[in-house]
Amino acid sequence: MVTYIIRRLIAAVLMLVVVSIVTFSIFFVVPRLAGVTATDFANRYVGSKGATAETVVALADKLGFNDPLTVQYGRWVKGIVAGSDFDTGASIEHCPAPCFGYSFITKTPVWPELLDRLPVTVSLAIGASVIWLVAGVSTGVLSALRRGSFFDRAAMGVALAGVSLPIFFTGMMSLVFFSYKLGITAPGRSYTSFVDDPVRWAYNLILPWITLAFLYAAVYARLTRAGMLETMGEDYIRTARAKGLREPTVIVKHGLRGALTPIITIFGMDVGLLLGGAILTETTFSLPGLGKYAVQAISANDLPKIMGVTMLVAFFVVMANLLVDLLYAVVDPRVRLR
Amino acid sequence: MSFLELKDLRIHFPTDDGLVKSVDGLSFTLERGKTLGIVGESGSGKSVTSLGILGLHKGTRARISGEIWLDGEELVGAGVEHVRKLRGKKMAMIFQDPLSAMHPYYTVGNQIIEAYRIHHDVSKKVARKHAIDMLARVGIPQPDRRVDSYPHEFSGGMRQRAMIAMALCCDPELLIADEPTTALDVTVQAQILDLMRDLQRDFNAALIIITHDLGVVAELSDDILVMYGGKCIEYGSAEDIFERPEHPYSWGLLGSMPRLDREPTERLLPIQGSPPSLINVPPGCAFHPRCPYADRTAGRSQTEVPELLETHGGHRVRCHLPSDQRRGIWENEIKPNLEAS
Amino acid sequence: MRKRYATPALVATGVALCLGLSACGGGGGGGQSADSGGAAGQGDAAGFNAALEKVVNPSDKKGGTLKMAITEAWDSIDPGDTYYALSWNFSRIYGRPLVTYNPAPGAEGRKLVPDLAESLGEASDGGKTWTYKIRPGVKFEDGTIITSKDVKYAVLRQLDKDTFVNGPTYFGDYLDLPKDFKSVYKTPDVNTDSAIETPDDQTIVFHLKKPYAGFDNFAATPATVPVPKDKDSGIKYRQHPIASGPYMFEKVEEGKQYTLVRNPNWDPATDPIRKALPDRYELQLGVEANDLDNRIMSGDLHIDLAGTGVQAAATATVQNDPELKARADNPTAARTWYISLLSDTPPFDNVECRKAVIYAADRVGLQNAYGGQLAGEIASGLMPPSIGGWQKLDLYPTGTGDVAKAKEALAACGKPDGFETTMTFRSDRPKEQAAAESMQQALAKAGIKLTLKGFPTSEYFPSYAGKPAYTKKNNIGIATNGWAADWNDGFGFFSQIVDSRVIREAGNYNLGVKSPEIDALIDKANLEQDAATRDAIWGEVDRKVMEGAYVLPAVWAKGLTLRGKGLTNVFVTGAYDMYDYLNLGVE
Repeated sequence: MVTYIIRRLIAAVLMLVVVSIVTFSIFFVVPRLAGVTATDFANRYVGSKGATAETVVALADKLGFNDPLTVQYGRWVKGIVAGSDFDTGASIEHCPAPCFGYSFITKTPVWPELLDRLPVTVSLAIGASVIWLVAGVSTGVLSALRRGSFFDRAAMGVALAGVSLPIFFTGMMSLVFFSYKLGITAPGRSYTSFVDDPVRWAYNLILPWITLAFLYAAVYARLTRAGMLETMGEDYIRTARAKGLREPTVIVKHGLRGALTPIITIFGMDVGLLLGGAILTETTFSLPGLGKYAVQAISANDLPKIMGVTMLVAFFVVMANLLVDLLYAVVDPRVRLR
Repeated sequence: MSFLELKDLRIHFPTDDGLVKSVDGLSFTLERGKTLGIVGESGSGKSVTSLGILGLHKGTRARISGEIWLDGEELVGAGVEHVRKLRGKKMAMIFQDPLSAMHPYYTVGNQIIEAYRIHHDVSKKVARKHAIDMLARVGIPQPDRRVDSYPHEFSGGMRQRAMIAMALCCDPELLIADEPTTALDVTVQAQILDLMRDLQRDFNAALIIITHDLGVVAELSDDILVMYGGKCIEYGSAEDIFERPEHPYSWGLLGSMPRLDREPTERLLPIQGSPPSLINVPPGCAFHPRCPYADRTAGRSQTEVPELLETHGGHRVRCHLPSDQRRGIWENEIKPNLEAS
Repeated sequence: MRKRYATPALVATGVALCLGLSACGGGGGGGQSADSGGAAGQGDAAGFNAALEKVVNPSDKKGGTLKMAITEAWDSIDPGDTYYALSWNFSRIYGRPLVTYNPAPGAEGRKLVPDLAESLGEASDGGKTWTYKIRPGVKFEDGTIITSKDVKYAVLRQLDKDTFVNGPTYFGDYLDLPKDFKSVYKTPDVNTDSAIETPDDQTIVFHLKKPYAGFDNFAATPATVPVPKDKDSGIKYRQHPIASGPYMFEKVEEGKQYTLVRNPNWDPATDPIRKALPDRYELQLGVEANDLDNRIMSGDLHIDLAGTGVQAAATATVQNDPELKARADNPTAARTWYISLLSDTPPFDNVECRKAVIYAADRVGLQNAYGGQLAGEIASGLMPPSIGGWQKLDLYPTGTGDVAKAKEALAACGKPDGFETTMTFRSDRPKEQAAAESMQQALAKAGIKLTLKGFPTSEYFPSYAGKPAYTKKNNIGIATNGWAADWNDGFGFFSQIVDSRVIREAGNYNLGVKSPEIDALIDKANLEQDAATRDAIWGEVDRKVMEGAYVLPAVWAKGLTLRGKGLTNVFVTGAYDMYDYLNLGVE
């Protein structure tokens, strides 16, 4: 078990290295191969219409675009491991490890910003995941048990809508209706830290939670329904009934337990990915989380931010993977970790 | 009154294709300490019957009629909750494939403990003790350790023993074993059958063994009921069925029975054709399309449903052929053939 | 300065992308008739286009929180490092430049008035020396008295383009700086009196290399907002610029929000132009564009800081809702969407071939491509009407295309059977793509065959359309383009797009206007001291550009903007063609 975890952790680190190389290549190497020069790069970060050629060249030097790509990559990795220095013009500032560099545009260090955005995304992900897990799984169970009933048909119809409707649509509609027409929920861009005011925190996030959860709940309801239909037909369910167990015990302890395994796997991956930023939800509700951060960084071509957020997402996904594997062994005793 | 009595039990399932008459007018009786073997091909209605007795069709779309009397209580009309309380305690069931019949995520011990504690208000500790005792009783070595194993960590035979332990843990008075040995290899089969015989004697339970294999019931059963197309087509003592079978289908079953006194390489004598559809049951005798003697009934086989009639001493047969003609065929054509092969 | 739309240069920063897109999204009521005559007016306070010519909801009531929002961040709140119109407009609530634009509706708003200085600049030495007197008793937020030295330091520090890459370069181009001066950080001890003198704490004197009559426009940029030297932390100064105006930053959260509170050391006695009504400003960054519109409509926000106009979805809503329409304005911007004809690419080296394209183009189709009547007016010249010296030109028809005249021009060009060329557009801008497709269809009727090629905005000028080596090699003769004035005068609009001498190796916005005649007119205008005469020269430049058929103007942009509920003192200033942020209040 311990060996297994250690091996997986080493693999995770290697994975992150690969992700970093791929990300770096996409944003730094590929454009260069396509003929974009160091000055072209720098030009993106000069705001001035009348920027002189010298300004651009100086900026290209300052941002390090003239160095060989391996040096640029090495400098970036070194910053993460050991920190780096930055010239503010007026003085030299040290950015301690893990330093994901300074934004090319706002000139602020990336790592503290990521940490600043993380609570928003975590709040969103956790709240939504609790809602969708409870709502999705219970709907799925009920649908499976009343297969073919009006409830089943209605629930699966709503689930289909949930899967097909894009978040920016459901999100905007619910904002317009619940926040602006009825005034019962918070408007866009409402976020209060949990530490400051837990009630306000929940009130502000309830609409994004439900909107995001709606999408996932739909997926989970369908998954649970399929899983329950399968497990409720298993021989061991018949055994459980033959033992004289009450029906709720049969459904939850025996049926759901069996159906839940694949759901736990997907749940782990979904939450891992969401921790890297629920891009559409955060954009629709203008929540300043990692997803919104990523969108802002990409539209501004702010490479250090893009790299930073990518690495963080990769980290979460890799960790979620590991956690799911471990959890799997706990849930299903037939799985043994080697 | 008998300990268990079924009167004209019918279990029908409405489907999109039509009404499936899985069990269609079944009656029999069984006493404590006695064993009934129900034999038939898959789809003949034997498993549906056993689940029906346990009341597991209640609350589904199945239409059940007739009567099931267990120890003086009628179960078809009884409440769901009442029957649930009998299940596992008064009547228990051993299923065919213990790997799929036991929950893969819970230890064997847990599953026995669970079964015990539904019907007995005892602490987990006491229940666990009982579970270990039961495992020991069914011959599982080191039961105090094995109690914490998962089903997949057991061998096939051990799993079936554990399954039996689970079924017996509440001292049931009626035990139904559905194909208890089908998933096991031959030597293990014999051990399990021996175990069941011993346990039945100890518990003095009424035992129903359901199987497609006459060999399994040969040594265990007092009475044997042969089912075909949801109906009983022959009923009698084990001696009646093995020595004086009168239904052509029973002859077929005997012909396809692997026997220890025969070379396993020899060809069996299978029954031609396939089991009848339970939706479009053939008119007349359900067996007539496969029956080599149907042409000797002057067309009655095709048009008239035969009655289950007593030939002598409780031996009943559902066949249009006259009784002496059936005996003649058995004595002159079938029996020598079986012995010769 | 930069208007609400992303200018081409801005686009190069990438930040502009979203502004550009929202600009494109604004006023998209393609082909619908604009009811610009007003209607649905509710008393004096409101009415469609009410804020164009008068102050809507005038009030002196103090207090409340003014809530602003923007879809994306802009370049910087550091007054020395910003090039956005919205930022120049907004920065005046925390920073006081030497002079600024008169807070008044419409054309009145283009007049310059003294701000930190006691009066407008005093020119001497034929326009080469400009002197200002700082008002006495003006303080920074920490209570320190502001002197002329703080203004000098502010102007000099932003010349360090290694550190501040965003702002304009006017001062660097014009000031007579000593050769050994590099930057206030690298060469702090070099004497810079040859460029800026501060004979006393009240007086600041600028010395230019060459005369420039419109220097007050330079003095109106945020570059002259004073910066205390001991508080300057280079690029990090943007994390808390020191206030000289009525509000100071309470919190700066990059990409999230800025909040401002009253500056206790601001003295209204020193400030005749600011009312300073709200107690507090809240400015949210990165708000989703449609949500932003909805929140202004619902009353949850007061104003869209970008001032680019609402999205397509809201355009429809506003048009159909009388209450909302009474809160809307449809101002023109000092911005032209146009199509450059690259005179270096044959056969566009022949003026007749260029004219053929202008005749053949479907001008109504182009207007629709750029979003219809609410989004822009069909342009007859390159210069937009809000620039001084504008005159209505009538050189070409503005209908759906004149094939006969186009064929005549083609014959005169020696290409009676037409020709083939390539047209580029910014692929991430659907409106430019639509414009390119309209051109392709219209020109085909005259026998001119276009191949369309789209490039991403961030690379468009640096690597493709703005790189002569590339356009020549790839036979690119036509390119979509767009420009907004740095400020609303001819120089502010034209200097980067029609002067052939600014053309560089790459990153050009002037894609083909090469005329010694025009270059001479620009020089003449820059020397002219009299504003009216100067404006007339710029009008002449516009005529020459059109006579030379260097560009095909598509539309003069307009935006559909909303006044938030309860907003007071709202009007569109002619200086920026957006709501004036100097004196807004809330009820």
